[in-house]
Amino acid sequence: MTTTLPSYDDVVARYEPVIGLETHVELGTRTKMFCGCPTDFGGEPNTRVCPVCLGLPGSLPVVNKAAVEATIRIGLALNCSIADWCRFARKNYFYPDMPKNFQISQYDEPLCVDGYLDVEVNGETVRIGIERVHMEEDTGKTLHVGGATGRIHGATESLVDYNRAGIPLVEIVTKPIPGTGELAPEVARAYVTELRDVIRSLGVSDVRMEEGSLRCDVNTSLNLPGQEWGTRTETKNVNSLRSVERAVRSEMLRQASVLDAGGRITQETRHFQEDTGDTRPGRSKETATDYRYFPEPDLVPIAPDPAWVAELKAALPELPRVHRRRLQEQWGLSDLDMQSVLNAGAVELIEQTVAAGATPAAARKWWLGELSRRANETGVELVDVGATPEQVAELQGLVDAGKLNDKLARTVLEGVVAGEGSPTEVMTSRNLEVVSDTGALTAAVDEAIAANPDIADKIRSGKVAAAGALVGAVMKTTRGQADAKTVRELILARLGA
Amino acid sequence: MSDLTTKTAAEIAALVAGGETSAVEVTQAHLDRIAAVDDQVHAFLHVDTEGALAAARAVDERRAAGEPLGPLAGVPVAVKDVLATKGVPTTVGSKILEGWRPPYDATIVERLRAAGTVMLGKTNMDEFAMGSSTEYSAYGPTRNPWDLNRIPGGSGGGSSAALAAYEAPLAIGSDTGGSIRQPGAVTGTVGAKPTYGGTSRYGLVAFSSSLDTPGPCARTVLDAALLHEAIGGHDPRDSTSIPQPVPDVVAAAKLGATGDLTGVKLGIVTEFAGEGAEPGVLAVFREAVDALTKLGAEIVEVSCPHFTYALPAYYLIAPSECSSNLARFDGVRFGLRVGDDGSRSLEEVMSLTREAGFGPEVKRRIMLGTYALSSGYYDAYYGQAQKVRTLITRDFTAAFEQVDALISPTTPFVAFPIGARTSDPYQMYLADLFTIPTNLYGGPGISVPCGLSDGLPVGLQVMAPTMADDRMYRVAAALESAVGTFTPPAL
Ligand SMILES: [Zn+2]
Repeated sequence: MTTTLPSYDDVVARYEPVIGLETHVELGTRTKMFCGCPTDFGGEPNTRVCPVCLGLPGSLPVVNKAAVEATIRIGLALNCSIADWCRFARKNYFYPDMPKNFQISQYDEPLCVDGYLDVEVNGETVRIGIERVHMEEDTGKTLHVGGATGRIHGATESLVDYNRAGIPLVEIVTKPIPGTGELAPEVARAYVTELRDVIRSLGVSDVRMEEGSLRCDVNTSLNLPGQEWGTRTETKNVNSLRSVERAVRSEMLRQASVLDAGGRITQETRHFQEDTGDTRPGRSKETATDYRYFPEPDLVPIAPDPAWVAELKAALPELPRVHRRRLQEQWGLSDLDMQSVLNAGAVELIEQTVAAGATPAAARKWWLGELSRRANETGVELVDVGATPEQVAELQGLVDAGKLNDKLARTVLEGVVAGEGSPTEVMTSRNLEVVSDTGALTAAVDEAIAANPDIADKIRSGKVAAAGALVGAVMKTTRGQADAKTVRELILARLGA
Repeated sequence: MSDLTTKTAAEIAALVAGGETSAVEVTQAHLDRIAAVDDQVHAFLHVDTEGALAAARAVDERRAAGEPLGPLAGVPVAVKDVLATKGVPTTVGSKILEGWRPPYDATIVERLRAAGTVMLGKTNMDEFAMGSSTEYSAYGPTRNPWDLNRIPGGSGGGSSAALAAYEAPLAIGSDTGGSIRQPGAVTGTVGAKPTYGGTSRYGLVAFSSSLDTPGPCARTVLDAALLHEAIGGHDPRDSTSIPQPVPDVVAAAKLGATGDLTGVKLGIVTEFAGEGAEPGVLAVFREAVDALTKLGAEIVEVSCPHFTYALPAYYLIAPSECSSNLARFDGVRFGLRVGDDGSRSLEEVMSLTREAGFGPEVKRRIMLGTYALSSGYYDAYYGQAQKVRTLITRDFTAAFEQVDALISPTTPFVAFPIGARTSDPYQMYLADLFTIPTNLYGGPGISVPCGLSDGLPVGLQVMAPTMADDRMYRVAAALESAVGTFTPPAL
């Protein structure tokens, strides 16, 4: 069935969206949630396992204290109350990537509740309510072979890798977010971005959506103005910030077309399709499993010492939003300029470059200019472009010292990105240093004058502007390694102008 | 029957330590006894002849090298098949784990090895420890050495029968609702359920996590205390393990053995001293109470009004936890797998595996528990049962403000004939009527033989406050000093 989707403007003119986000963050603890297995990404399948994370009969979980601490810090950074007593619960369902056929999670007694996160959208601050932050364990990964869909149904073989099973996860659930209107998709994206930055600033996870260490489920519903909230759908498989925005938008459009046609929205899980940008139905929640939650009897309750929580709170780093405002002031940027720094994902990079000795203006120039261009061309995040803040600062230092001009500096950067070494090393090995030996330059200048007598005459007769052509000739013979300003001065002096 | 098999663990350890016999001789004597009588008793599911002799040789070598030996070095021990034993089959009495050899040792098994005991093998049990007669073992029932036509109790009937049949001087059991104490009572042996958290559950295949407690079985109270001391204490791999040292149960048993209970106040649980028990059991129990009085104990009656709700609460909590604990038996990673012929989906294979692998009692409890935890029923069943649990704990706390320990018959009836109660689950469940409250509370309980009724053993249960396990050993040892031990007719 194909239906023509209404236009977005039309949808937001007639319907009000309510969104909500459930975000899973893999904690960067050294060991798993309930055993001592390492958590490093990758590894041969089923090599980072033990009786506990394989759920072998008789094995028992023991809580990783580092994971509890990280969760509390996330809760505090999101302005949550930290429970003085809470428990784990078992979420029971059968699936082969769940070693025990239940997941240890938290249900009605989460560790952190009732907080908020302020995000900025179009210069406006939107306060997103946080319902809860709780701990759970990740599942393994299943590969279904032989079926048409790659799903468990119809598969002839299912392969399971339990390396990921038991990795600590923190689930952060927002309260429903009404009232964002046409900005709903952007608010969703801004929230996930801000959440990612907050968690990164805490140093508890690398929060990489591509690697799955930050996963996001997006809830969306539509209602007519003044009416009750509509039935919501939950969209999974949203694997990038851009997808968060697209998923909300596409689900708003889809729901509007269903409602316009007099249909009703089914409460269900849908999967975002990265290629088409729309969502497809998953399993229906109306026939959902009863998870039969009950308190995990193998684990004693968690009762964080209030003094410890206070200590953690006092030691929280400056949150990204506050931090950014301070940087903007220090760097003397307009809101618009700061926005472009943010959009480029360059805040920390510039900050570190400045810390390594560059001026904010120079740091911004390199990261937003040459390096952003390269990142775009090669399709990587700016942080992975191949140059470090220290290298960029060093490069700028060479320019400031007159050892490199702008064009040479770009060539040196090319070498740095290609892994040829530090800027100084690249400059030396490629022999790119500005020619400052006046003897050699004078010879080049004399050569240029001799080769262009007409131009030389013009300059002698006072047409100083003509010197540009001779400068160009000298730069050519010195392969760009001369300082243009010095060359010009030499030419003028030589010709008595 | 070799002389060595009739000795207590304490005696064997002394003989080995003194060089009067070797651990290998002791072990061989018990292996011979098993070979001679276990066809009749069927206490063992697996006898680890080679492993046992190797462990015994290691003890003898350590002794020869002059290395220090622990108080139980060289003593054979039988281990209930509910504990994971590295490389040694562990079935939990179920077809679903047939042939499974765990890649790791339970903490208790590790400690047994470290103590220099010699593991003879794995003992029979009701499947997943669900039962009171060992008749629900998927590998056939164990028979009571006192009368081979009768049950040895359960779920740990194999461990207790092995002791009564002199196949082992020590055994490990696990007690979720009475599975150590009730078999102890009906086989005329000693069985102690430690304080919950006093013995590690790591490696104990879970039935009901909040109730399961591994513990010692022996023919004497002192032997039980020695074994308790060897296996007890904090284990960082078990979150519910109590980070405190084991109460000095050995000293308490020795103190009790002096036969003096002066200054000890004991409470008879009113609710368990009336109609709930067979007249023969009650008569023997009353005689034992008289004996305790003669030893100097002060005896009073204490009412624990909520104990009568213990059985129904238990049959909601234990099945609920088991329905979740047993979900992992799906044929994916270990044990039985049925129907994996390429024609069936994973879900079908999981389902067929569970259908074929679990026996009827296990299925009954999984269904009970699944229902009790279901959305819409949780509060009425599981939630309500937890409230009862709290009330029972209060009964205990209040009682222990008045008395040092509580006493009752261990079980309402002596060993019943095989097959007598299998058709009516409720009649079977009644076997644990007096033992279940202790599990719900989490405190320790011990069953000690106190006499015979129509030629069959009767046990007296002593219940103490949590982490006061030493108290029950003192009382039990005192009673033992008065009434003696009981030997079944020769097999
Ligand atoms: Zn592990």
